[in-house]
Amino acid sequence: MSNKVLVTATINDEERSFVCEPRQSLLEVLRDVLHLTGAKEGCNNGNCGACAVIMNGVLVNSCLVLGVEANGAAITTIEGITPKEGLHPLQQKFLEDAALQCGICTPGFIVAAKALLDKNPNPTEQEVRYWLAGNLCRCTGYDKIVRAVLDAAATLRAEKQAA
Amino acid sequence: MTPVIKKTEAKTNGKPFKVIGQRVIRPDGVDKVTGRAQYGADVILPGLLYGKVLRSPHAHARILSIDTSAAEKLPGVKAVITGKDLKPAEDKVAKSGESSVNYSYLSQNVLAQDKVLYHGHPVAAVAATSIHIAEEALALIKVEYEVLPPVLNVLDAMKDDAPILLPNLRTKELGEVVSDKPTNIASHEQHARGDLAVGFAEADVIVEREFHTNTVHQGYIEPQNGTALWNADGQITVWTSTQGAWDQRRDLSEILHVPLSQIRVIPMEIGGGFGGKFPVYLEPLAALLSLKSGHRPVKMWMQRDEVLKATGPTSASVIRVKMGARKDGKITAAQAWLAYEAGAFPGSPVGAGMGVIFAPYKLDNVQIDGYDVVVNKPAAKAYRAPGGTNAAFAGETVIDELAEKLGMDPITFRRINAAKEGDRRADGPIYGRIGFIETLDAIEKHPHYHAPLPEPRAPYMKVGRGVACGFWYNWDGKSSASAVVNPDGTVSYLEGSTDIGGTRASLAMMLAETLGIHYEDVKPMVGDTQTVGYNDGTGGSRTTYGSGMAAYHLGKEIIREMKQRAAVLWEVPADDINVEGDVYSYGEKRITFKELCAKLDETGGPMSVSVSLDTKGAIPALATHVVDVEVDTETGKVNILRYTAAQDVGRAIHPSYVEGQIHGGVAQGIGWALNEEYYYDKDGHLMNASLLDYRMPTALDLPMIEAVIVEVPNPNHPFGVKGVGEVPIVPPAAAIANAIYRATGVRMTVLPMNPKNVLQALGKI
Ligand code: FES
Ligand code: FES
Repeated sequence: MSNKVLVTATINDEERSFVCEPRQSLLEVLRDVLHLTGAKEGCNNGNCGACAVIMNGVLVNSCLVLGVEANGAAITTIEGITPKEGLHPLQQKFLEDAALQCGICTPGFIVAAKALLDKNPNPTEQEVRYWLAGNLCRCTGYDKIVRAVLDAAATLRAEKQAA
Repeated sequence: MTPVIKKTEAKTNGKPFKVIGQRVIRPDGVDKVTGRAQYGADVILPGLLYGKVLRSPHAHARILSIDTSAAEKLPGVKAVITGKDLKPAEDKVAKSGESSVNYSYLSQNVLAQDKVLYHGHPVAAVAATSIHIAEEALALIKVEYEVLPPVLNVLDAMKDDAPILLPNLRTKELGEVVSDKPTNIASHEQHARGDLAVGFAEADVIVEREFHTNTVHQGYIEPQNGTALWNADGQITVWTSTQGAWDQRRDLSEILHVPLSQIRVIPMEIGGGFGGKFPVYLEPLAALLSLKSGHRPVKMWMQRDEVLKATGPTSASVIRVKMGARKDGKITAAQAWLAYEAGAFPGSPVGAGMGVIFAPYKLDNVQIDGYDVVVNKPAAKAYRAPGGTNAAFAGETVIDELAEKLGMDPITFRRINAAKEGDRRADGPIYGRIGFIETLDAIEKHPHYHAPLPEPRAPYMKVGRGVACGFWYNWDGKSSASAVVNPDGTVSYLEGSTDIGGTRASLAMMLAETLGIHYEDVKPMVGDTQTVGYNDGTGGSRTTYGSGMAAYHLGKEIIREMKQRAAVLWEVPADDINVEGDVYSYGEKRITFKELCAKLDETGGPMSVSVSLDTKGAIPALATHVVDVEVDTETGKVNILRYTAAQDVGRAIHPSYVEGQIHGGVAQGIGWALNEEYYYDKDGHLMNASLLDYRMPTALDLPMIEAVIVEVPNPNHPFGVKGVGEVPIVPPAAAIANAIYRATGVRMTVLPMNPKNVLQALGKI
């Protein structure tokens, strides 16, 4: 099984090329080939959201995307959400609100929440809960995660208004 | 970034704390929100091989033969191992975490020898140049089995004619083997005091019920993993997500027959544990594969179905409770019979459940019997307050029913019987300064307890409010730590407790408080088995207590050394130097900690200190929860409308992470109460081994959870800490069952209380 394919994608605003086997998932490529280990594997079958990335503007579980499908795509991972200086408001609020305990789910939540706030800058608590229902956290009971997302949304709105 | 964002009032003996009680940012936080933190599965090494495990498709079978020849020939395969490669470990028991471990069983669980005892039991393992080649190789291994009848529940397993899992197992009857008959009952234990007959004769009401609970899993989001390098010089290095690096080192030493000194366990960041990441699973296999593949590093991690099939869930159980009380509310007698499934090897948490079941109450006439029983399911391992949730589900439901039969408020009834400092528990120990009554008061005073219930949204919707309490032992244990005092006034702090939920922050806070310096000036790091002294694992709610004690004593050692340096500087006796916060003084002379650090070179050179402690004095945690539920009597679905949990934590070092522990424990308790369970078919195949079918609560299933922190300081700890993490999972199932009763008039006696079981209880199916 070594009929490898050359794939080129824009990952976190950088053009990256890699060879991958058709059976490798995007998650596997990100972690094992490109060493972007911020996306986590919690289930490998679409049920936990730990591997979430944004692909062509759409939130996806990278364990359910094949590496070869990434050809020509623009992909943002948790590594790409971190700005050049400081932290993204979501990252900052997750820290301030103690929205992580073990932190294994955190990259997935931050990526998923970013995709939500990109679409809906002023979500209600219920909208946040609904959107994040694809991400499992076993440590926090979601309370502080939901608060952090609502707080980050407020910060982003304030920043936008100031700009 | 502003490090301190919210301040809370925290005082001890009238003296305010500087650091403790603040909501500081955790030191490992930035790495965790940027994806940079290195968890076990993130290890990448030169020449890395990938390992996979072949698992039993049967619940109970004899292994007749294993043929690995085709797998070995597959290009890319570097090593294949079976039970033959693992020399049996000694049949001896050692303490591990809060529970114990038998090495022979542990070794057989890691890799089966002649029998497989559950669906998913490892029978062989492969290392290859890619994960996919390793998977292909597994498919080429031929195993011949003689399939045996499985035993899938505790009552069947206890029958005289039940199929036997472990031919050499004999029942330990109150600690002694009294019969040579093969059995699945590993032990029967008993706590008894007073006279049950007298107690029940005195009772005005008696309630007796039988409860059934199903197997549930810890459900950490990070699957088990392990990377090992067995080097040519015989040194083994293991990188893994573990709650106890030293426990792992000892287990690896026993299983692999290699001296401790040849093993280094490096604990990576860990993606949840809840007790389930104490035992070794993959690490010994990765080490053997590394040896066999010519000393290449081998990385392994489980798929989710492997996690569910083959790592420690917690026990299904059958619990019978009988209690009697007088009209004035005094409980006169309490009796419990608990049978817990151990899974494939002895070691269920029935002993802990026996202690939990009546612990909040002062009882004069009590008897508790517990049975540890093997069945063809994965070996049960610790899960947050092991054995506590199912025990409290039974005990607290009966308590609620007694209160109701006596026409008493459930909190008043509990207060009449509440245990206090000096009372003796049914399992022996005398309580220290517990804060049980304070948690009852906190809930009784809370607006939630008095708020009107919301109007049902439809005639078939019923709403109700329930209360339940919980107990957990808490643990102290052994902790070591070391520190380097830096010339810039900071302290590099090396501790050995795996940080699963923010303990680097809380420990650094306690060291900073002791030294009178800023939290940001303490730089904490988790060490490994070769870089810092021995630490018991992160479990038993012990880290903030035991390792916090070590942080305090480390601080005291630093202060002692710093006084010596000031003494050199001023040419005065060290004993005469005063220390107040971060200021060292002698008469008119004053110097701050930071200034003194800058003078280390001229007062004796570099400074490092270390401490190793065997801490004592843990005091149990008690909690009272109240919950409002909505029951859809058409579908059987239960929704959680509002949840408030009050808990005596001793002292909240970092209130946000204390609240987080309470939130997380409650959420797991709600999952256990309403959804989670293992489904086996009649042949013992696990039918729901995915996170779709083993359904844990999502953000949409839960409301905000209000954590009410009650602080009754532990006098045995320099900062009053008691331990927080486990007790929050104990009351939820009972509280929800009691709320369902208040809503529908039906007592739930099975977990989970999912739509099917609720409809059955309502008599609708
Ligand atoms: S790892 Fe992709 S959804 Fe769980
Ligand atoms: S913080 Fe551990 S799974 Fe979410």
